[in-house]
Amino acid sequence: MVKNILFVGVGGQGIILASKVLTEGLLKYGYDVKMSEVHGMAQRGGSVTTQVRFGDKVYSPLIGEGEADVVVSFEKVEAVRWINYLKKDGKLIVNDYEIYSLPVLIGKEEYPNNIEEELEKSGIEYKLFNASKIAEDVGNIKTQNMVILGALVKSLGLEELDWDGVIKDVLPEKLVEINTKAFKIGLSI
Amino acid sequence: MKKIMSGNEAIARGAWEAGCTFAAAYPGTPSTEILENIAQYEEIYSEWSPNEKVAVEVACGASIAGARALCAMKHVGLNVAADPLFTIAYEGANGGLVIISADDPGMHSSQNEQDNRLYAPHAKVAMIEPSDSQECKDYIKYAFEISEKYDTPILFRITTRIAHSKGVVELSEREEVGFRDYEKNVKKYVMIPGNARIKHVEVEERLKNLKELSNNTPLNRIEWGDKKIGIVTSGVSYQYAKEVFGDNASYLKIGFSYPLPDELIRNFAEEVEKLYVIEENEPYLENYIKSMGIDCVGKEIIPICGELNPDIIREAFYGNQKRELYNLDVKVPSRPPVLCPGCPHRGIFYAVSKYKDIVATGDIGCYTLGMMPPLNVTDTVICMGAGISAAIGFEKVYKMANRRGKIFGFVGDSTFFHSGITGLIDAVYNQSPIVAVILDNRITAMTGHQENPGTGKTIKGEITQVIDILSIVKAIGIKEENIRVVDPYDLKATEEAVKDAYNSSEPFVIITKQPCALIKEVQKKRSGKYLVINQEKCKKCKVCLRTGCPAISIRNNNIVIDKNMCNACTVCQQVCKFDAIEKGGNF
Repeated sequence: MVKNILFVGVGGQGIILASKVLTEGLLKYGYDVKMSEVHGMAQRGGSVTTQVRFGDKVYSPLIGEGEADVVVSFEKVEAVRWINYLKKDGKLIVNDYEIYSLPVLIGKEEYPNNIEEELEKSGIEYKLFNASKIAEDVGNIKTQNMVILGALVKSLGLEELDWDGVIKDVLPEKLVEINTKAFKIGLSI
Repeated sequence: MKKIMSGNEAIARGAWEAGCTFAAAYPGTPSTEILENIAQYEEIYSEWSPNEKVAVEVACGASIAGARALCAMKHVGLNVAADPLFTIAYEGANGGLVIISADDPGMHSSQNEQDNRLYAPHAKVAMIEPSDSQECKDYIKYAFEISEKYDTPILFRITTRIAHSKGVVELSEREEVGFRDYEKNVKKYVMIPGNARIKHVEVEERLKNLKELSNNTPLNRIEWGDKKIGIVTSGVSYQYAKEVFGDNASYLKIGFSYPLPDELIRNFAEEVEKLYVIEENEPYLENYIKSMGIDCVGKEIIPICGELNPDIIREAFYGNQKRELYNLDVKVPSRPPVLCPGCPHRGIFYAVSKYKDIVATGDIGCYTLGMMPPLNVTDTVICMGAGISAAIGFEKVYKMANRRGKIFGFVGDSTFFHSGITGLIDAVYNQSPIVAVILDNRITAMTGHQENPGTGKTIKGEITQVIDILSIVKAIGIKEENIRVVDPYDLKATEEAVKDAYNSSEPFVIITKQPCALIKEVQKKRSGKYLVINQEKCKKCKVCLRTGCPAISIRNNNIVIDKNMCNACTVCQQVCKFDAIEKGGNF
């Protein structure tokens, strides 16, 4: 049985690091893991995704439409952009944080204000919380990715692994404490 | 020991384990991390070369001198390096020589979708294609061995999904192979026509031997499953096929893809009921199999454009089997890539955007984004270097056709070293009054901040001599009075430079000097500094929005600056006619 996690957001939000911590943890669990990411042009303020697949044996590194067990969105409208990847009855984790794209910034397009309302109507099981605010309170907005990762680990039911150890392995020493703190708060969401 | 690695990391590890001692590359997505990772092994000499042709040539020299040598590039880079490739194919290798081409099906970060497998038969070099990270590591080691045993360079072909997908890799230790002796051998290494004629015959003989190897190598293997469907496939397409068919098909998995294994293909085709070929982009395997007189189905059902995925294959075989999808009634705004807040390219593009009769030939790099609204400056992007050379063609035709207009060509610092210099020589030599704008941001930015000949540091972080762009420009023959070096954050100076350039009737160069705003030291220096809009002074004229800075937006009818995003470059402050933009934070 292979599980599919799709991370989406905007370049610079720490998505790749979050998926890295997740994959390292999954490897420790003994899973076969594949992760796919996109670099280059896409990073310049564009929409960014990484895909993580794990199970006994994983072939394709890619997740198809309607195949993601969890879609993890680091930005509010990105959740909607990628909602077609969510499996029927899959879970959605959304950072209640808005990053305006250039067409919105210059007033050519509008940022939608009915996302929560539509999510409510859709019947999708979702968690919506402001990880960026939580991270700011922790002391560094950049730890938002660990808050979100904590929430994901909880919804996957993988809490019992030594995630503190994984964070320690992956992150530079001086950032371990604050990120572990952010991750723990995420676990309680 | 097991580790999660991207294909690029695994290639670097494999090269290290294989005893490789020499590596060269020019950065390019999706290949860049290969050399970045190799550079971390102290046993391997590593360099960023000024371009891919140089990278392949230094690797050729290293191989002939006796080292196991590797070079890496993105697919279009191999076009630049095709010249040495075709002749080193005749000369062969001494120390193993592996040339990595990272193709980009789907063009995530590229200007075309060329399938570089076609280079192997054209250049007559052996080709190897891994299908996951473990194979990246294992096959690189094999590539060095085969290169030495058969006296051939190896084309090692990966794609974005191999390069940037991570998977579990079993690690081994390094095996020191040292350096092979070099003996002068002009018949082998000096390709004058007389020697090359003899060599060509030998190359054809070598290909026969390699074909025999191809039939017997473990890299080409049959996995028997249901024999109703037989699939010939390679690279990441193999993973997609396995995902879709599992044991419900048989597979001929090709890892050694030139020369192709005739015998194996024939045996496989005879055993299965119907033969299919699943491959991305060109029908490379398919055309070959068909040329053998074997019936197979490939591009009739598998698309030639774009990258594949399991769903595309599923649909090709079983028709539309769409899963039930969620759809929300929300209008999602587009999110195109943009120049970052504080990007030094913004000032010069803003200054040029005021002239309606400037044609701007662009180049490959972040400044490609000069084409985006609201700047809308760039007219063309072809390849590296064409930012300057295409401008010359434009200028000559504009003149002959009596059209009004001035031609500006844009290149970056790394791109100037890569292939912009020759274009500028052409502009002087053939007297073309273009304006070459060299955007020196002190780094190779788009690919993720690699050093280059202008940064004063090597790939290993060692301090080295800075190649000075201004001195090159002068040496090429651009007159002193036709050169402006400006800080693109100083809008007035930048606008004056553009005006002078616009009015010049001789070849002209503007060098903008300001480091990329994402460089760590730059970020540190400007942290805590930002600009704010004084709402009482703001007349909402929106001129600041025309700079296309993502930190400035309209919220609740007010124009505001996001202080977290603002990089304090002050370009918006300079365009504001009402002094409404003020310094904030610890300016």
